[in-house]
Amino acid sequence: MNPDIPILSIILFLPLLGALVLLLLPSEKLQKWWTLGVTVATFLASCLLIVWWQEGYAGMQFIERYDWVALFNIQYLLGVDGLSVWLVLLTTFMTMLVIVFSWEGIAKNLKGYLFLILLLETGMIGVFVALDLVLFYIFWELSLVPMYFLIGIWGGPKRVYAAVKFFIFTMVASALMLVGILMLYRQGGTFDLLELQKMSLSPNLQVWLFLAFGLAFAVKVPLFPFHTWLPDAHVQAPTGGSVILAGILLKMGTYGFLRFCLTMFPDATRQFVPWIAALAVIGIIYGGLVALTQRDVKSLVAYSSVAHLGFVVLGLFALNSQGIAGASLQMVNHGLSTGALFLLVGMLYNRRHTRNLDEFGGLWKVMPVFGFLFLIVAFSSAGLPGLNGFVGEFNILLGAFRSNPVFAVIGTVGIVVGAWYLLRAIREMLQGPLTKPENMALSDLNKREVLTLVPIIILIVVIGLFPNLFLSKINPSADAVAAELENRPAVTLMIDK
Amino acid sequence: MTFPTINLLAIAPQIILVVAACITLLLDLVVQNKRSLGWFSLGSVLTALAALIFLRPATPEFQPGAVGSNMALADGLSWIAGAAILIAVGLAILVSIDHVADFTRRIGAYYALLLLAAVGMLAMVTASDFMTIFLGLEIFSLALYILVGYYHSDLRSGEAALKYFLLGAFASGFFLYGIALIYGATGQTNLAAITMSIAPLSSNLPFAPLLPIGMGLLLVGFGFKVALVPFHMWTPDVYQGAPTTVTAFMSVAVKTAAFTALIRVLASVTTFSRPWLLVLAVMAALTMTWGNLAALRQTSVKRMLAYSSIAHAGYILTGVAAGTERGAQAALYYLVVYTFMTFGAFGVVLAAQRRDQNDLTTSQIAGLASRQPFLAVLMSIFMFALIGIPPLAGFFGKLYVFGAAVDAGLTWLAVIGVINSGIAAFYYLRITVSMYMDAPEAAAEGSGSIAARNTSALVLTALVVAAAGTVILGLWQQPLVNGIAQAVVALLP
Repeated sequence: MNPDIPILSIILFLPLLGALVLLLLPSEKLQKWWTLGVTVATFLASCLLIVWWQEGYAGMQFIERYDWVALFNIQYLLGVDGLSVWLVLLTTFMTMLVIVFSWEGIAKNLKGYLFLILLLETGMIGVFVALDLVLFYIFWELSLVPMYFLIGIWGGPKRVYAAVKFFIFTMVASALMLVGILMLYRQGGTFDLLELQKMSLSPNLQVWLFLAFGLAFAVKVPLFPFHTWLPDAHVQAPTGGSVILAGILLKMGTYGFLRFCLTMFPDATRQFVPWIAALAVIGIIYGGLVALTQRDVKSLVAYSSVAHLGFVVLGLFALNSQGIAGASLQMVNHGLSTGALFLLVGMLYNRRHTRNLDEFGGLWKVMPVFGFLFLIVAFSSAGLPGLNGFVGEFNILLGAFRSNPVFAVIGTVGIVVGAWYLLRAIREMLQGPLTKPENMALSDLNKREVLTLVPIIILIVVIGLFPNLFLSKINPSADAVAAELENRPAVTLMIDK
Repeated sequence: MTFPTINLLAIAPQIILVVAACITLLLDLVVQNKRSLGWFSLGSVLTALAALIFLRPATPEFQPGAVGSNMALADGLSWIAGAAILIAVGLAILVSIDHVADFTRRIGAYYALLLLAAVGMLAMVTASDFMTIFLGLEIFSLALYILVGYYHSDLRSGEAALKYFLLGAFASGFFLYGIALIYGATGQTNLAAITMSIAPLSSNLPFAPLLPIGMGLLLVGFGFKVALVPFHMWTPDVYQGAPTTVTAFMSVAVKTAAFTALIRVLASVTTFSRPWLLVLAVMAALTMTWGNLAALRQTSVKRMLAYSSIAHAGYILTGVAAGTERGAQAALYYLVVYTFMTFGAFGVVLAAQRRDQNDLTTSQIAGLASRQPFLAVLMSIFMFALIGIPPLAGFFGKLYVFGAAVDAGLTWLAVIGVINSGIAAFYYLRITVSMYMDAPEAAAEGSGSIAARNTSALVLTALVVAAAGTVILGLWQQPLVNGIAQAVVALLP
């Protein structure tokens, strides 16, 4: 059922409107409650997508289409399908929790911080719902600016370097995507993704366009060797920024590959599979090994993202429905588990003002709740069966084994490495004797912090136990993409409305 | 002897401004409160703008076509460019009212010269004959030579004026020689007549080889005025030395006037033929690359913005070099947008610099966000617009310009353009880094006056107008884009 209200526009612009109103609010308390209210409202509005979802339909739902700049055929075109709907929910969900987390501990200019997070939320949702290429590019670039300021103003000691590096890497990499978009316009006379997907481009042009778009996405994911901005940005960003960065912004890259490269340039995609899959596998192994050597927990989590996103890309470029569906689910899983890890590390840092593994040990004795939650989240991240990470990785590897077994085998090694560094972090932080006197007096998580984490834990378990709740919406759309790539009819017919 | 009937309505804005300039000079002799001169000139600009709006295309009063003897014409192109110029001069006067006394006592002449410069620019955008183009060019150039040297206590201001004058005189020489050669080849100075005489079906011209030489010389003249590489050498010194109010005005309005005339000249003399477009494309690539690379090294914000304006001339030229309807539309859109964002950036420099200084270093701007948060927000808007971050108007300017290049088969130029945008992000970002992320320790030394000073409400008003233009032309661009489309359709054969 799809009632006649522009639900996507509401989800998209609620945070922006909220941000503008926020500027007028005087007291910090009011600002916090207002921002929380806006993000909760946005989350609830995005839940309506699920309530009104048309099951089994592979195409775009909740489409909104208006002319924007008629002369150049730029449209305001929104829509979601099974591949993007969970990412929209992930965005609204995590942003809400970030606000709860940021209730205390923002030392300066709280209003600016909240304003930027709301602005960022609009940018991120826009990326996942825009179906006009110019509109997509607008949100893609728009999401850069708030994150740049979040890192640069509220970040750690090397924040300026990290912020500028983050901005320039993404900006330069997406510059060529703009030329790619313009070349598509020259070919098709439209920026409408749904039209452009139907167009058959010459294989040669596809290769160039794939490279132009792919570079932007590869930097965002980040694929090895374009990942060097990531550790800087993640480690220097304030906790809220790291959660959004790892939890959502990185998905813009993998989503971009899926939504644009795979559907618009199928010939080039097939051609590039060995290269991209190789880079993904290198990322899995390399990210894991580097994470093993980290003494800073935050940077350990940051490098684990390189490895996990490698899995997602491997799944996407399996080019079959298991791989794509698994990757789509794993994007959400990674957002939840890595987001939660960053939150936990942030909570610890707020107490001890260090993140060095050498400074900890035996924390379980003083912070049992923290220890318990960390354990669950780490297991989710490591892919323990029964939790969400397993479902995603299993599907990805299933898909990858069918299309390129060699890469899948090497990728499996990455799972072992992933378990290794996480278990080592647990051992050094939580277990063993409580040696450091500074750690003796640490207080356990307070109610607000537990409240931040519990919703994530619940989802981690729910996705782990009932993955079909989520996969049932992903599968038709994933299969439609795979069918196009495998030149076979889709299992679920695309019904054109 | 019969006088040609002149459609005076069509040049009403120019007439209003000329009269106002003369009255300003006379009032200067009797009025003690010099601020009122500023308000008077601003009023005259608003009147001219109102006249322009009254005579907008699609009203019965608007009569496109020749204005007596085919020397000038009012069409959509001149209308849009004229509006941009009037907005620029209006904003320049608005920011001058509180600041002009910082650097000069000859206040009446200052406003009169600003108005006359605007008259010259309006004459140039309405010109349809080489004689009137040159006339407009000289009127505004002479006014600007004087204005650049107006900062009496800053030696660099005088140096800048001399440099601008000497090089500018040379460029005018080239320009005039180019006109002469084209006249020699075609026997015409009227643009429409030149187009007819070089049309393929018309009779052979005996001196046709003079035509490309003439066009080349003209291009040198235009290149100097809009600061295209390699004719850009004067720009950083002049923009830095001139009083910041003048810099803000000339950096935007001169480009609008000269680029508009360039589009007309190219349409008529070269009919946008392939070899000329290639020359322009190469110049565009050189201009943006050189401008951006040089801007990276600057420590003076004014010099940095000067190189940035060179780079943006390159982007605008990219649209022109496409040689298509879309290209001319894109260039025109870019010019309007550029007026707001670059004026705004220089306006912030004016507001943030010390009253007794004519420049601002990147270290002086450190910590601006904590001292004057609103000013810092405005500057960020202008910086991100100049980088080309959507949905600010600067992004759409780039989108249309590069889109036109791709459409015209100049994909390589578009690629160079977007890479340049990436390079440019470095130095624009450095301003935001200084404002928001650098500790204001650098600013603490001897800049108590910066911290203490409140920005004048008039400057803030002008900046808010510029910021509003930068934001609104991005989000709600339908009217402007449609107007531009009509203007350009009428222009191209």
